[in-house]
Amino acid sequence: MHHDRADQMSEDEDDHRSPPSDLEFTSSEARNYSTVGSGSGSGSGVPESQAPYLDQVLDNVLDNVLQFLTSRQDRNAASLVCKSWYRVEAVTRSELFIGNCYAVSPARASARFTKVRSLVLKGKPRFADFNLLPQGWGAHFSPWVASMAKAYSCLEKVHLKRMSVTDVDLENLAKSLPGFKELVLVCCEGFGTKGLAAFVSLCRQLRVLDLIESEVADDEMDWISHFPEGESCLESLIFDCVECLINFQALERLVANSPSMKRLRLNRHVSIGQLFRLLKIRGPQLTHLGTGSFSLSDLVPQGDQEPELDYASAFTACKSLVCLSGFREIVPDYLPAIYPVCANLTSLNFSYANINTEQLRPIIRHCHNLQIFWVLDSICDEGLQAVAATCKELRELRVFPIDAREDSEGPVSEVGLQAISEGCPKLQSILYFCQRMTNAAVKAMSKNCPDLVVFRLCIMERHRPDHVTGDPMDEGFGAIVKNCKKLTRLAVSGLLTDKAFSYIGKYGKLVRTLSVAFAGNSDMGLKYVLEGCPRLQKLEIRDSPFGDVALLSGLHQYYNMRFLWMSSCRLTRQGCQRVAREMPHLVVELIGSNWEDMEMDDVAEKLSMYMYRSVEMPREDAPDFVTIM
Amino acid sequence: MEFEETELRLGLPGNSGGEGEVARKRGFFETVDLKLNLSSKDVGGAGLDLDHDKVKGVQKDKNLLPSVADPAKPPAKAQVVGWPPVRSYRKNVLASQKSMSDESDKGAAFVKVSMDGAPYLRKVDLRMYKTYQDLYDALGKMFSSFTIGNCGSQGIKDFTNESKLMDLLNGSDYVPTYEDKDGDWMLVGDVPWEMFVESCKRLRIMKGTEAIGLAPKAMEKCKNRS
Repeated sequence: MHHDRADQMSEDEDDHRSPPSDLEFTSSEARNYSTVGSGSGSGSGVPESQAPYLDQVLDNVLDNVLQFLTSRQDRNAASLVCKSWYRVEAVTRSELFIGNCYAVSPARASARFTKVRSLVLKGKPRFADFNLLPQGWGAHFSPWVASMAKAYSCLEKVHLKRMSVTDVDLENLAKSLPGFKELVLVCCEGFGTKGLAAFVSLCRQLRVLDLIESEVADDEMDWISHFPEGESCLESLIFDCVECLINFQALERLVANSPSMKRLRLNRHVSIGQLFRLLKIRGPQLTHLGTGSFSLSDLVPQGDQEPELDYASAFTACKSLVCLSGFREIVPDYLPAIYPVCANLTSLNFSYANINTEQLRPIIRHCHNLQIFWVLDSICDEGLQAVAATCKELRELRVFPIDAREDSEGPVSEVGLQAISEGCPKLQSILYFCQRMTNAAVKAMSKNCPDLVVFRLCIMERHRPDHVTGDPMDEGFGAIVKNCKKLTRLAVSGLLTDKAFSYIGKYGKLVRTLSVAFAGNSDMGLKYVLEGCPRLQKLEIRDSPFGDVALLSGLHQYYNMRFLWMSSCRLTRQGCQRVAREMPHLVVELIGSNWEDMEMDDVAEKLSMYMYRSVEMPREDAPDFVTIM
Repeated sequence: MEFEETELRLGLPGNSGGEGEVARKRGFFETVDLKLNLSSKDVGGAGLDLDHDKVKGVQKDKNLLPSVADPAKPPAKAQVVGWPPVRSYRKNVLASQKSMSDESDKGAAFVKVSMDGAPYLRKVDLRMYKTYQDLYDALGKMFSSFTIGNCGSQGIKDFTNESKLMDLLNGSDYVPTYEDKDGDWMLVGDVPWEMFVESCKRLRIMKGTEAIGLAPKAMEKCKNRS
């Protein structure tokens, strides 16, 4: 599953199957440990004159061996063995992963790793997705482009998440790397169709252009037409998040000219008729398809639609299709068109499709091989029961709310969760939005689904207790951390006391990512977690009563972590400053202009603190509303 | 419950929610400040021509409305920025889908209409009308058969079967209000007509004296007008 392209669908595709280490050398340098650079490579007892020669042989051997090391965790470990290994590892590392773009500078990265072919770079903290981080905070791609242009002639692939990318960046990237092959932008912003046009016209070797949940400005530029004429080596074109009209004729031509195309995800301006035309061209080769609107074009009045839309056979040629998404403006009447592919699907994304139980049933009945299912809660508990009845291979389920407000109706509940836990024992990852939940159902899931790695439950009403017993949700989440021995990612919600956190600290020994909102009673809650979870990497907390005492109890942990986010908690400026003083390689950012006006010991109820380890001096591109301690 | 988040903050799609810009729904009494004189020339197809940007930054305390709201229904919870944690991209997509499907549904939108002092309620289908003026005309016809007694020191005109609601409202202190989806009581006419139809749950033609409990200052302006 590691290389399954469906991973690209995830809204956080961190690898939760092996220990984390975004550039672990940052922590080792930060702690100034002596493992790196200590001693020479040569063994004892070898005459001095022969030592350089043996070093050379050793390096060559290492070079050839380390080529095969692909896991970055293994590579980080290898680099700590000795100077020689450090050096050889650095020149043989072709995939560079940087989990926080401010942890290390482009210059330092390119000085150490000289032969990078693929760069993964992540920027803003995740809570930025929910408007908790003001615009203009940072995570600019520009300095990286400039640096890479000079250092990495063989760079072929760039994968960015939550970065700010401009049109100029895209153009410069393409200009400086003519052999560039793969660009993946997830949750990025700052660019528009102008930048896309420039990029695609310059990148003649482009194989992959994946724009996933990114904000793309409409510069009224027909970027599709800017792909070079003639045969294209395009394998993947994902643009379902691009909210601009596209030139369909140009798209059709492009698809026809791309014999290697396997993944195509259309935006909502492509009608079902147009989709069918594309399927006629490329249907048999496609493994991943995003259907676009899945309704008739709104540019043409209803009566004038192409009369002969062959719903029955449009998908019959799609023998390779395993991943289906789109349905942006679905007309449920057309759903039967996808029957021919259901049995082969391993991944189905209905999370923009407002369909009810009865509309789901005939589809899901055929999806025996489904492993990944994203859906709206409009299908109700009964719909989830139907999923549980058929999808025995289900690994990942995400149920999104069609009405994302606290006081909305909430068509799914503990009933759906229970059904899924009983029907899908292989479940590894779940994200579940609901209005009502019980400890009993959560406990049942913890027992029925022992393989759970990711458990994210969002009870939308804040502080909501178990709706049957009235108890806090402590016991349910406690059961999850206790029984799910492989759990690495947890998001909690509902009414929670410090007890829940004591469970997490006691049992959640593998937890790497924890999301907390409106939970806990006192500093003890956070303390339990910081003291009990040795593998903690990413901790994001909002609106919970944790203050300086709790913050200061985690000093032993912060260099092991990628970041800590705390907003609207009970921190003071003083507390944050103390952390910054004690930990020189931590950057402590206070976000929001009022921090400056505050007294040192005033509790900052509405403001945010974002703290991360870094080997660099604090960044110079911070905007006015950021104060760096 | 501890740590209740009661701050009323609504983030518009695309806006940064963390700092500064906060869009607050305009409540009843602050719009009484603006225009009460709903003569026909003010009411166009898109409702009153008000600058909606004024909504941002207007300080308003939700708690001043209890006498208006139906006491049986608890006030809707204030929405908090970034909660529930659904990406704005997804929220926007679903919201725009909903508005599109609502347009094409064209189902009836019946709402109850009450008028203070009238013996019984009426029901209107908002989709029958295209503009606020149409609505006022219809309401005027509906309620014109009632005779309304004195209303405080103002004195309300008796009116004949012929007079319309506009006459009633002009120079008097009857105010058309509506309850929206969130349970707030709002002044009719602020938002574009389509938006009003979407969000209106019931109508109440309220006596101006009811407003006294809300905002004495607003009542002053009311009195000064006539």
